[in-house]
Amino acid sequence: MKVTSISNTPLLTGLATSLLAVFCVALMVGPVNIGIGKAVMDLFAGQSTIDSLILFDIRLPRALLAMLIGATLGLAGAALQGLLRNPLAEPGIIGVSNCAAFGAVMVFYFGYANFAWFALPLGGLLGALVSVVIIFTLVGNSKSVVTLILAGVAINAIGGALIALALNFAPNPYAMNEIVFWLLGSVANRSMNELLIALPFVVVGWGLILYCGRFLNALTLGEETAMSMGFDVKRLRWILVIGVAASVGAAVSVAGNIGFIGLVVPHLIRPFVGSEPRRLLLPSAIGGALLLVFADIAVQLLSSGGELKLGVITSLVGGPFFLFLILKTRNLML
Amino acid sequence: MSLLQGLNLGFQIGDISILKGIDIEVNAGEMVGLIGPNGAGKSTLLRLLTCVEKASSGEIFYDDTNVTQISAEQRARRIGYLVQAAKAYWPFSVEKTVGLGRIPHQKWWQHSSDEDQSKIYRAMEVTETLAYRNRIVSTLSGGEHTLVMLARIFATDPQIIFADEPVAALDPYHQLHVMEILRNHSRNDQASVVVLHDLSLASRFCDRLYIINHGELYTSGAPDKIMTAENIAEVYGVKTNIVQDADGISVMPVSRLGDHHP
Repeated sequence: MKVTSISNTPLLTGLATSLLAVFCVALMVGPVNIGIGKAVMDLFAGQSTIDSLILFDIRLPRALLAMLIGATLGLAGAALQGLLRNPLAEPGIIGVSNCAAFGAVMVFYFGYANFAWFALPLGGLLGALVSVVIIFTLVGNSKSVVTLILAGVAINAIGGALIALALNFAPNPYAMNEIVFWLLGSVANRSMNELLIALPFVVVGWGLILYCGRFLNALTLGEETAMSMGFDVKRLRWILVIGVAASVGAAVSVAGNIGFIGLVVPHLIRPFVGSEPRRLLLPSAIGGALLLVFADIAVQLLSSGGELKLGVITSLVGGPFFLFLILKTRNLML
Repeated sequence: MSLLQGLNLGFQIGDISILKGIDIEVNAGEMVGLIGPNGAGKSTLLRLLTCVEKASSGEIFYDDTNVTQISAEQRARRIGYLVQAAKAYWPFSVEKTVGLGRIPHQKWWQHSSDEDQSKIYRAMEVTETLAYRNRIVSTLSGGEHTLVMLARIFATDPQIIFADEPVAALDPYHQLHVMEILRNHSRNDQASVVVLHDLSLASRFCDRLYIINHGELYTSGAPDKIMTAENIAEVYGVKTNIVQDADGISVMPVSRLGDHHP
């Protein structure tokens, strides 16, 4: 008798198709109406018209970046939830995003951003890495959800305080303004250049995370069982943590803090694929991309006067969702 | 033939010695029981033998090959380790949980094959867990839960099964069921090593027992040789009635011995 198992393929196809559709819509949305067809023709004709500039220099990088960052946050959320065996883990909640932001702020602040193309994502990566290492040192082998969340609170506080310190000593009000607006999280007004800067770190990070899928499944039965299944738990944990730090660090360094995508997306995906951590990874990545491109369209349609930042809206929606999850799982946690 | 051999095994955490000088051998077709008081080091010994923990001293051989010469992958296919109070941290179905036992046979990019599926089915058959294969593991009773965790190990198709207190907190029916499954596994070129607190079950099912006390091997041998009132009194600090009948040995603890603190 053959035991049936549900395939991921229909879900992945559905998500990818939706992503493509939303991506096309994102190219059409903006404060100015442009002719998409004309813009493409102009590009091929070698003419830089207003339409082609808006499409290829403003909207395309913006939509691509939203995709890249959404995918990173969705994937990192699913990976951290698997690693910590905890449905409340997320880069933002455990402090990774804030520390990555601090790393990037330091690069900004000291003017290293122009020093080398990789300075900014590297700053983000280092910040993220430090936070994950602290999380591990604090939480260690303890499987307590409470310890994890408390460690996250502490790390968030430290990251926040260090950012505040940098702001405090900002050389001038404009620099301060720039940092604050950047911290709110947005993919607006980014160029292809920023996308390309983040891309190598993000792609390497994704690769490392996906490599750990089987390990995450084994961890479902606990670390000792995973070890008896032949996994070098310490090494693989590091690989995963570096993967998360590299991708989230790079994402945060170009787009600032965009919270809760990593928390929300795996929860939306679980009803379709079940709880298997490995099966959750790829759909969470595509789902994250879909959600963030969608949110970015919403941001543009909702803002009339001053622009609403993407990070603000994801937190406005994600915060209450987090509360809802706590209510739902609080009996399981203690 | 010796499937597993541990020579002069020791384990230390800092200056504290948890285990020292343990020699242990498990032959093909044998069911070996590890007994001894709480904190004697039985679980640690199991962790060393499964290579989950690295021994501070001594050597371990699987099939006469030093484990350091065997790849982690090969090792994982050869053993199944049922940890104490095993549980699944995510709400997995029984079938999915059992399927995790196939992980040592898959590469990192692979999903389960038809062979995997038939092994999973077979494992559920052996442990009689097929009837509830679609239920979520956390909703099962203690007995059913243990059987599912055991099924996960059978899905790996291991040579040696290591089980840490597999019958703790089970009713008599499920205790016997789990012990019978392990006993049936321990034939031909297969074996099992089981940590037990129930001395009657240990005596009736195991071919040989190792008594561990204060991190050292107190004695070892066939149950009818070493399961004596004197040994039990010495190691556990309790007075026992030991009865041997057609069904085997029954060990009934009757009272604590006043001045003994095991």
